[in-house]
Amino acid sequence: MATQHSKSAARFMISPAVLLLLGWMLIPLSLTLYFSFLRYNLLMPGTEEWAGFLNYRFFLTDPAFFDAIWNTLLLVGGVLVITIVGGVLLALLLDQPFWGQGIVRILVIAPFFVMPTVSALVWKNMFMNPVNGLFAFLAKAVGLEPFDFLAHAPLSSIILIVAWGWLPFATLILLTALQSLDSEQLEAAEMDGASWLSRFFYIMLPHLSRAITVVILIQTIFLLSVFAEILVTTNGGPGTATTNLTFLVYAQSLLQFDVGAGSAGGVVAIILANIVAIFLMRMIGKNLDA
Amino acid sequence: MGRIILEQVTKSFGDVNVIPPLDLEIEDGEFVVFVGPSGCGKSTLLRLIAGLEDVSSGQISIDGRAATELPPAKRGLAMVFQSYALYPHMSVRKNISFPLKMAGLDQAEQNKRVEAAAKVLNLTDYLDRRPGQLSGGQRQRVAIGRAIVREPAAFLFDEPLSNLDAALRVNMRLEISELHNSLETTMIYVTHDQVEAMTMADKIVVLRAGHIEQVGTPLDLYRNPRNLFVAGFIGSPKMNFIEGAEAAKHNAATIGIRPEHLSISKSEGQWKGTVGVSEHLGSDTFLHVHAKDLTSEPITVRSDGEVDIHHGDTVFLSPQDDKIHRFDKEGLRIS
Ligand SMILES: Nc1ncnc2c1ncn2[C@@H]1O[C@H](COP(=O)(O)OP(=O)(O)O)[C@@H](O)[C@H]1O
Ligand SMILES: [Mg+2]
Repeated sequence: MATQHSKSAARFMISPAVLLLLGWMLIPLSLTLYFSFLRYNLLMPGTEEWAGFLNYRFFLTDPAFFDAIWNTLLLVGGVLVITIVGGVLLALLLDQPFWGQGIVRILVIAPFFVMPTVSALVWKNMFMNPVNGLFAFLAKAVGLEPFDFLAHAPLSSIILIVAWGWLPFATLILLTALQSLDSEQLEAAEMDGASWLSRFFYIMLPHLSRAITVVILIQTIFLLSVFAEILVTTNGGPGTATTNLTFLVYAQSLLQFDVGAGSAGGVVAIILANIVAIFLMRMIGKNLDA
Repeated sequence: MGRIILEQVTKSFGDVNVIPPLDLEIEDGEFVVFVGPSGCGKSTLLRLIAGLEDVSSGQISIDGRAATELPPAKRGLAMVFQSYALYPHMSVRKNISFPLKMAGLDQAEQNKRVEAAAKVLNLTDYLDRRPGQLSGGQRQRVAIGRAIVREPAAFLFDEPLSNLDAALRVNMRLEISELHNSLETTMIYVTHDQVEAMTMADKIVVLRAGHIEQVGTPLDLYRNPRNLFVAGFIGSPKMNFIEGAEAAKHNAATIGIRPEHLSISKSEGQWKGTVGVSEHLGSDTFLHVHAKDLTSEPITVRSDGEVDIHHGDTVFLSPQDDKIHRFDKEGLRIS
């Protein structure tokens, strides 16, 4: 099929898609870049002027910026740890033969289909609310003071909410990986005198490592841009306690009407995300080669 | 030491009874081959001995110790799996030393034993490779290496050669036999290939549907098969069976005659037929002779390699009288 003719026909056929994607990506990207070098405030329309790197200096020296980076890292890291540890444990559990396995497996994936805004609202109002929430009810039932999650542990609460949404994804990928493990390997290890824990650490975990890297990569890409859960629950607060980079960009451009600084923040976020992506790609490349 | 005794061992998976009550004694140092058609329960029996499956009832003892309740690791047996079951993310060295590491041996001792095993198995140059970078035969040897470093009471092999090509299979067959000669450890070897059974075994156990049909030395089974099944299973090409009037002449329901015990002639003999397919192996020729009066199946005859007989020729066959096996209506040998 790879004749000169079919190649050029193929190029011609995919060109609309390529052009669309290019426009889709390039136009917003160049506009963002352009705005980031402007003094551009929505409260003073028509006064846009060239600002050089002023927006970047402003954004990068803002104490909120360092908080946001730190919060982003905590959020991504926390969710990854919870989903991978929890996902491996759940996958081990679901891999056991038990009655109703099929239905339970479908139920486990359910949280993944709940919209982030909805799940955050449910968590906020039905579980974590210090007056009406289920957790408050349980605490009162055993005679404890209800804990106001979103006020006293806001970032941890958001990590919990986001992790809940991503746990099924990790579980599902890890479960399929676990099922592809040759049972003779486990039996061989058993005959070699390996206890269950040794089998887990020497056989199952190495077998899962590839799936785990895939989960880390995919989740990181999405977790860097967590937004809805923050907007719905804490609005980035108290103070900057739950402001991640995405939310900071939003706050700059739309709460403080400073599109220039917001765009500069966006560009910084893109650069940071790419640095993370390069690291991840290297890690995955190593893991996928083996 | 590796004397293994099975008493009234049975195994069912749910309602399906795979192994009916079965008794078997395996002497120390013996090379025992379980042979039988696919699905007859060979692997299941081996896994019962290994402890990878629990017996439904009955007793297993290893070296006089009750082993029925022991977990696999405590039975002192090593197993080589059909798929080799090597650990793909570990180097050959780590694979072979894994059982030693699990046993808590110190690093120096581990290295010593791994090097020794690698030397025996010609793996010294490959110790730092991963299993994925080895050929089938080398992987097989790594699996054997992992078994021998533990110095087990007995080795269990489950169709270890079935993933290898024909030439390599013959080689590995010899290597495993040599290994048995030098280690003098009990080996239990499962195969569906009667050639492997005949060439390697001290003792063959022929299984059918979980039943032991016959136990004996290879020549024992070849000379005195206890029933039609064993007679047809052991020996290659298969024994020819003839029923009806010809069998009645020998006071039997069925008579059997091996291809190598028939002589063929163009001029005279007891049975008349026409030559169908002939297979020339160089050293031998296998001729398939159609003798419609005797049996609907073609009769296989082994003749020497240079024989001048062709498709369509009319020929006469003569069995060696003392090599005719007689079986009664139930298929049991009449001696
Ligand atoms: N785990 C199992 N569950 C149900 N049936 C099984 C299981 N393992 C084996 N069997 C059945 O037991 C019979 C013997 O199997 P196996 O011992 O693997 O035969 P072989 O190794 O001689 O080919 C087969 O009919 C197979 O379907
Ligand atoms: Mg089998």
